[in-house]
Formats: sequence, structure tokens, C-alpha cells
Amino acid sequence: MKALVWHGKQDIRAEQVPDPTIEEPRDAIIKVTSCAICGSDLHLFHNFIPAMKPGDIVGHEMMGEVVETGSAVTNLRKGERVVIPFTINCDECDQCRRGNYSLCERSNRNGELADKAFGHRTAGLFGYTHLTGGYAGGQAEYLRVPFADATHIKVPDSMTDEQALFLGDIFPTGWQAAVQCDIKRTDVVAIWGAGPVGQMAIRSAILLGAEKVIVIDRLPERLSMAEAAGAITINFEDESVIERLNELTNNKGPDKCIDCVGLEAHATGHIDSMMDRVKQATMMESDRPHVLREMIYVCRGGGVLSIPGVYGGLVDKIPFGQAMNKGLTFRMGQTHVRRWTDDLTRRIDEGQIDPSFVITHTASLEEGPGMYRVFEQKQDSCIKVVLKP
Amino acid sequence: MNATSTMVTSRPDRSLTKSDRVARGLGWFSLALGLTELVAPGKLGKALGLEGKETLLRAYGGREIGAGMWALSDTPAPAIWSRVAGDIVDLATLAYGLQGADDEQRRNNYIALGAVAGITVVDLLTALSLTAEQSERKGDTGRDYSDRSGFPRGAAAARGAAGEQVTPVDYQVTATEERKREGQQRALETA
Repeated sequence: MKALVWHGKQDIRAEQVPDPTIEEPRDAIIKVTSCAICGSDLHLFHNFIPAMKPGDIVGHEMMGEVVETGSAVTNLRKGERVVIPFTINCDECDQCRRGNYSLCERSNRNGELADKAFGHRTAGLFGYTHLTGGYAGGQAEYLRVPFADATHIKVPDSMTDEQALFLGDIFPTGWQAAVQCDIKRTDVVAIWGAGPVGQMAIRSAILLGAEKVIVIDRLPERLSMAEAAGAITINFEDESVIERLNELTNNKGPDKCIDCVGLEAHATGHIDSMMDRVKQATMMESDRPHVLREMIYVCRGGGVLSIPGVYGGLVDKIPFGQAMNKGLTFRMGQTHVRRWTDDLTRRIDEGQIDPSFVITHTASLEEGPGMYRVFEQKQDSCIKVVLKP
Repeated sequence: MNATSTMVTSRPDRSLTKSDRVARGLGWFSLALGLTELVAPGKLGKALGLEGKETLLRAYGGREIGAGMWALSDTPAPAIWSRVAGDIVDLATLAYGLQGADDEQRRNNYIALGAVAGITVVDLLTALSLTAEQSERKGDTGRDYSDRSGFPRGAAAARGAAGEQVTPVDYQVTATEERKREGQQRALETA
């Protein structure tokens, strides 16, 4: 089959690889009909997340049709359309029973490695390093799904691929980011980053009734998409984020802040972000946490910082004294996708939201590596790429 | 609604082009040369007829290391253009070194001039190629997506449409006025 294969920094190729096979009784094989390039794929593309190996198949946003099931999978039939969550979950361990699916204690087959790296293991993920199981990703013609009886979302016939695809990652990620803010109708919510997850977080915060949603980015196309949903925008290349946020909140600061940027924060004119660039280039720091620092500084006392943006390792100069004295609450983590599945599927079905709005580019799987470059460099007003194997 | 990609790249099935790979090679070369200039400017100056210019050679070493790190980053094109400029400075410096050089230094200097001239051609071609590839991929920037609310019933109708969302207990973080009022009400009822 054809798949997108990681070979090193900025080096992804469309190659022929062996077809996946059933390895365990709870496995299934799906024929991928649509997959997407995620912002967090760019962290792998830039080699900022450890434990990738040349030859790894990438991709963790995918959907398709079931073509084969293992002997223990009784709730999936051949031909059924499914979205595959990016977090693999067993549905049986203590964390899965609590709804903490991204912390599944059984699905990471390299759990001992993760225990050493993180202290305690997290769930297996598709196409996202050997720290999270080294499972082949879904930017491919076929995908092996471990624990397939629990790791799937059935797609209603009424939904197109484009409407359903993002149930596997960016929509629940944006939703969880907003829900964990515990949004109230008097809240001002500030969201850093108007990429695909940021766009979903904006719409989630609006659906959840935030009084005001303010979005910070620098790209006009992203800001225009944010404004389309009713958000107020700040272009951080044109104005001071701190001053503008204080102005928009009567000097109180936003009640809730969401970081949809993560470890590759881009900032201009800030000494701390320039230092982060130098430190990252010289391997003295793995992540660039400018957004975290800004959120801690500007958030209203007693507020909540929600962090769906991916961080990989070590961050420097975090003003923890500000955070402690202001009594801020931090909530973060990979998304517990299936925790939100039924609710979000219903919201799409009822017409509350149509997540396909975010797709700006559609291409074939073979064109995928070129589209990584387009997405990486924000060229051609690219916000979200969907690939059709 | 959704735009379909019409982007054309020389090898869409490869994210790294030939120019990207050459740029990386030049980046590593820059780092090695820069380190040599920083560590052994005396020997280098003596070999090339540039005695007494050690500080200048060290500065060139710093310049090479900066360009090398930049060439290995996500955006190598400006770094390779900076290398082209650096090559011209190097050629001028080597030409200056020919004045008063002895026979051996003159021979070394001519070899160095040839090598730098050769690498200048490689730098120039790579920089031109990277710039052309970038503009090929650039497409239409700053497109207006203001018709993409994502809310089929409109943005105004969407505000608060999720209804009384019950935040899971493990995500409830704030004692809101609403909850305080509820608490006071319950206290009154109990009394």
C-alpha cells in the first residue's frame, strides 16, 4: 500500500510499504477514505518530539471503511464507516473507566519506555512516536486499529467524510479545551492560535455561551475565519496582546485562556521568544513557551489556563510565582476523544456545527509530502489539509 | 465551499527537494568551516597570507556558524543568500591576502580562491532554487474566509446553543455567582 513515511526532519515521503495485517484478536483493518494533516504532525515534521524512527508511518486523523476484523471484535462489520480516534483505548483499564481515555494504561505497547519518560504511561497514539506505542499512522491507504472494538466512532449515514473526520481529533480537542475552562455566560475567553484546533476551540467556546471570545494570531486568513464565528481578533504583529486584552476586559484580564499553539510559538519583537529560538536551536530547551508566559501574565486572578497545544519536553522561565499568587488553575492533556464522541456527533447531526468549514485544501495521498510544506509555511492561505488516499 | 489544492511542486511525493538537501549540506559545511576559523585562525591566516587578521577570521567563523545553524532550520533560503554575500566577502579577503604573500601562501590562496568561487556558484544556484520553490508554493496568501462560520444556523444563533452544558465534575473549577446563589437558596430552604 501507499503511505506517508517519516525519514527525518522535514523529510516525509509517499512510499510503498507492506499492508497491515491483523495481529491481535481485538484488531481491525480499515481502508482509509480520508485523512488529515494535523498541526501536531508538524512537531514531528520538525523533529521536536523524541522517539520517531525513520520508516514510521505518520498521521493520526483518519476515517474509513472496515475491511477486516479480529476474532474478538463483534461490534464492527465489514463496510461500516468509522472515524478512528487518535488515542487508542482499551475501555477496560481504570483510566478508561474514569473517561480518561488518553491515559489508557493498556494501549501503549511501549509502556515501559513511557513510564521512564513521563513517570507513568499514557495511551497509545497512532503515528506519534515510539513513546506512545510506535503504531503506524493513518496517512496511508490502510490502517491497523488495535483495540478496535473500543477505538472507533461509527459514522451516521447522514454525515459526509468531511463533516465526520474531525471527530477523531481536532473537534473534540477544541471542545475539551473549552469544556475544561468551565465556561460561564459572563466569561471572556482568550484563545491563542487560530489554527485548526484554535478554530474548533473558538466555536466550542461560543456554543458553550462565553460572553466574549478573543483570538490571537498573525495570519489574516486565520483571523478572518475566527471573525466569521463571531470572535474578536488580535493580530500580534500589529498590536500588543497584553494591552489589547486588558483594554477589551476593562483591565481585568480574560477569565479563561486557551493555548492552541503549543511548543512552536511564533512571536515577534519579544526578547523571550528570541531567546527560546536560540535555546531550541542549541538544544538547551525543547519547547518555545511564549504563549504560556503571556497567558499566565494576562489571565485574571482565579482564572483557568487550558492547554490543548502539544508540549514535548522542557520549558524555561515559566513565571510560576505569578501563577501561584494569582491562584490560576491549569488544565491540559491529550484529548479523551471518546468522552465527547456521542455529544459532538449529535451536535453535528443536529446542525449546531459543521466542522468541515476548516478544510482549505484537499489533495491526494501522493501529494501529501508537498502539502506538509505548504501547511508548514502557511502558504496559499492553508489552514487545514485533507488527503484522499 | 472548500478550495481544492492546485499547488504544483517539483516532487509532491517528497517534502524535501534537492535544493533542501543541498542547503543542509551547505549548513553542515558552514558549521565545520566556522569552527575551524574560530579554533585555528592563526594557522589559517598564516597559510593564506592573512597574518595579523586573526580577529577578522574569528568573526568570519562566527558568521559561518550563524549561517550554518540558520541553513539547518525550517527556513534555509535566507541563510543561503547570506552565504552568497559571505562568499563575496571571503573572495575579497582572500584577494587582499595575495598582497605580500610568499610563494607557498600564494599557491594556498589560489586554491582557496578556486574553492570559494566554486562554493559561491553552488550557494547561488541553491539560493535561487529555494526562492523559486518558495514562491511556487506561496500561492494566494491572506485569503478571506469570513464566509466560513462553521455554524449552519449562523453565528448569532450559535452563541450558547450548547444549552446548559453540564461541565463534568472533574472540570468544574470556579465558584460562580450562579452557584453561590444556588447555595444560598438551598441554605434558605433548609432553614
